[in-house]
Amino acid sequence: MLDCQQASQLISKSLDRQLSWRERFAVRLHLLFCKYCKRFSQQLITMRKALNRLSQSIENNPDIRLPSETKNRIASSIESSLD
Amino acid sequence: MSNNMHDWLNQHGDFLYRFALARLRDPHLAEDVVQETFLAAIKSQSFAGDSAPRTWLTGILKHKIIDVMRKNVREIAASDLMSEEDANMDEFFDDAGHWAEKPMAWDMPENALEQKQFLGVLQNCMDKLPAKLATLFMMRDVHETDNEEICKELNITTTNAWVMLYRARMGIRKCLEINWIGV
Repeated sequence: MLDCQQASQLISKSLDRQLSWRERFAVRLHLLFCKYCKRFSQQLITMRKALNRLSQSIENNPDIRLPSETKNRIASSIESSLD
Repeated sequence: MSNNMHDWLNQHGDFLYRFALARLRDPHLAEDVVQETFLAAIKSQSFAGDSAPRTWLTGILKHKIIDVMRKNVREIAASDLMSEEDANMDEFFDDAGHWAEKPMAWDMPENALEQKQFLGVLQNCMDKLPAKLATLFMMRDVHETDNEEICKELNITTTNAWVMLYRARMGIRKCLEINWIGV
C-alpha cells in the first residue's frame, strides 16, 4: 500500500508522464480510501487550469502595452543595427 | 526592411510584449526579449512572406523566452537543488508518510471578482517560489511543454524534473491554502 507521501508524488508525476499500470492501480486504490489525497489530486488540476487562465488574462489584456521608452529604445536600435 | 521593422514594432510590439510577459512574468525580462526578437529579425532576414509577420516574430520570440528560462534554471546548481528538496519535503509529511497538514476542501470562487482575487493570490504564491522552480513550473503547467523537451532545454534529468515539479506544486498548493482558503 502507498502512503500519502508516495501517492502524492505519483499524482504529481501523472501530470507529467503516463504512469505504468502498476502505478496507476496503486494510486487508484489509495484514492479510494484517502479523501485527502483525492483533494490533493483535484487541487493540482485546479492549479494548472488557474495558471493557464492567469497567463491568458495577461496575453489578452489590451491595457498591457510595451512601455513607450522601451519602444523608442527598440526603434533606435533597429536604426543603428541597419547602419 | 527598416520601414517594415518599424511598422512591425508598432503593429506587433504590444502583442509580443504581452506574450513574453505571460510567460516570464517579469516586465524587464519581457522588454528585453522583445528587443532581442526585433534585432534577431533584422539579422536573419529569413522572413519569406509566406507566414504572417506576427507568426514569424512570435516564433523568434519563443526561442528568446526559452533562452531566458534556461538561464534562470541554470543559476542554481543541482546539489543545492537536492538538499533544498530534502529539507522542504519533511514539513509536508510525518514519519509515517501521512499528511502533516491534511489538504482542506477548497471552496472555489464562482463570481468574477473572487476569481480575480484567487488569480492574484496564485500569482503571489508563484512569485514566492525560487526562480528555477517557478520557471520549470511555468514551462510545464502553463505551456504544456513536453517533459523531455524541458529536460533537454534546461539540461536536467527527468528524475530531477519530476522532483522539482512536485516541489513546486506542493509549495504553491500550501501557499494557496494558507492565503486563499484560510481567508
